[in-house]
Amino acid sequence: MSTTVETSLHPTSRPVLSVRNATKRFGSVLALNDISLDVRRGEIVALLGDNGAGKSTLVKCISGVHHLDVGEIMLDGIHTPIRSPGDARFAGIETVYQDLALFDNLTPSQNFFAGRERSFPAWLPRELRFLNQRRMDDETAALLATLKVTLPRLDAVVAMMSGGQRQAIAVARTAMFASKVVILDEPTAALGQRESRQVLDLVARLRDQNNAVILITHNMEHVTELADRAVVLRQGRKVGEIAPSNDNRQEIVSMIVGA
Amino acid sequence: MRANNKSDAAAARAVPASARVDWSTSGLTFALRLLSSGPLLILMVLLVVLSFLSPYFLTGRNLSNILAQTAVISVVAMGQHLVILTRGIDLSVGSNLALASVVGALSFHAGASAPVVILVMLASGAAVGSINGLVYVYGRLPHPFIITLATLSIAKGLALELAGGRAIPGMPPAIQALGREAIWGLPGSVFVVAGVAALMLVMTRTMVWGRWFYAVGGRPDAALRMGIPVRGVLVSAYVISGACAGVGAVLLAGRTDAGSPLFGNLLELDTIAAVIIGGASFLGGRGHLGHALIGAIMIGVIRNALNLMNVDSFFQLIVIGVVIVIAVESDVLRSHLESRVRVLRAGQSS
Repeated sequence: MSTTVETSLHPTSRPVLSVRNATKRFGSVLALNDISLDVRRGEIVALLGDNGAGKSTLVKCISGVHHLDVGEIMLDGIHTPIRSPGDARFAGIETVYQDLALFDNLTPSQNFFAGRERSFPAWLPRELRFLNQRRMDDETAALLATLKVTLPRLDAVVAMMSGGQRQAIAVARTAMFASKVVILDEPTAALGQRESRQVLDLVARLRDQNNAVILITHNMEHVTELADRAVVLRQGRKVGEIAPSNDNRQEIVSMIVGA
Repeated sequence: MRANNKSDAAAARAVPASARVDWSTSGLTFALRLLSSGPLLILMVLLVVLSFLSPYFLTGRNLSNILAQTAVISVVAMGQHLVILTRGIDLSVGSNLALASVVGALSFHAGASAPVVILVMLASGAAVGSINGLVYVYGRLPHPFIITLATLSIAKGLALELAGGRAIPGMPPAIQALGREAIWGLPGSVFVVAGVAALMLVMTRTMVWGRWFYAVGGRPDAALRMGIPVRGVLVSAYVISGACAGVGAVLLAGRTDAGSPLFGNLLELDTIAAVIIGGASFLGGRGHLGHALIGAIMIGVIRNALNLMNVDSFFQLIVIGVVIVIAVESDVLRSHLESRVRVLRAGQSS
């Protein structure tokens, strides 16, 4: 039942991210069962599945929050052990978490650079360096302008911003640093239609920046509009891989629910 | 790209929507601003009212007195403010100060010079602080309440044990000078407070390390996912709080010319109250040095005023307690107003 179309879609480019035989167990629950997945630069792969299918577990293993029991993660064809979220970010993998992982008490630019502050002088240990806040503010303003994200104020804390604005900040943060892979876990789940639109446009821009994008969503319209491929998980297994279109939407849905 | 035209249109629509003036939002933001500058306003009003109530209040001698009396609370509250910034609490500061003063007095009687005695007190404070931090973080305790409550008892017991239950008189002259002698009419301790404040201001406002306190206090789980060394930041907060208690020990030992296991009684109450009254948030990630200092001075002023008006010290405890409740309530009100603003803004932009 598994349909492999990847070679025909991208005959030339090599995957920037390859997950090989990923298996993960939580106690007696087999959350991931021998899943393999390739993602290339400049493409959006939708990761689909019902609740508990293993989508979030899989992306958490890629972004370093969980660790695979069996299997490996390859970046540009090289085996790359990812032991922490820091490892993943260092390797060029950025994640937009479902809960956004924003600091409500900080401004957008402080959020962008949290944990990666621009600072000087370089000879001091990182924590003792002085913040270069102006440079961070400038880079933030420039990036938001490129991404066409408008925020009411750049010096206000994120707590005061709307759901769509917060989502946009979380997605834009990945655009600042991602060099290989961007993972988005249900980025439009809590948003209205117009705000969803803005976030989807941002996702498309991340792809256009030559990132590989993994998108978890339940919205089939978004999948057919944006995704180059859809990978379907069910009960921890990969049950299908297909290029989504309006014609095969029903087929994808039945893969998800296993009917 | 597929959806570019749509996004341009959306961006163009978004600008006028956010520029629109909405009175309910601006009213709320005004209330928020008032709340955040509230403590300073209240302190000003307090000073004006008290200068009318008591002719003695605004004399140089009394003000200098207030500063001398609040020096210890101020220094320890600055450490406490870092801990509260990370959503923690340090209940051990009072006993920690007592132990440091006893250890310092013992080292003086063993022949140590003034700088060594000072270093011993700072090290003793930092050591207790590091126990707090390390056990909290690596013992995976759900909250620092328990471990700092334990060290409150342990440090107190150790101080009583070491000192034989009594104060140990005698401090080197240099430390006595720090504690009480006046420079330009100001008590020496004020300069120590200013020095500690300057150091901490540089750390929290201009250094990467300082920014991490805010990140860890704002969202500990997100800080971890952003690659911030959360454990190190937490431990450092308790070490600094302990070291501040050590500085407090130097000031108090200097002022009284003794080390005593009875020092610092209820200092945890005063410092936590100072930070909260000053306007920092118990919910973590909100607050700055000014809050700790304003709060400490406010407590000093309230105590002083009640003294001048011959109110007994039992009643003072009640007043401080009531002020804490008001301060925490205004913190809760602030976060409630903020979420109202957020809802209204979301309504505007869609």
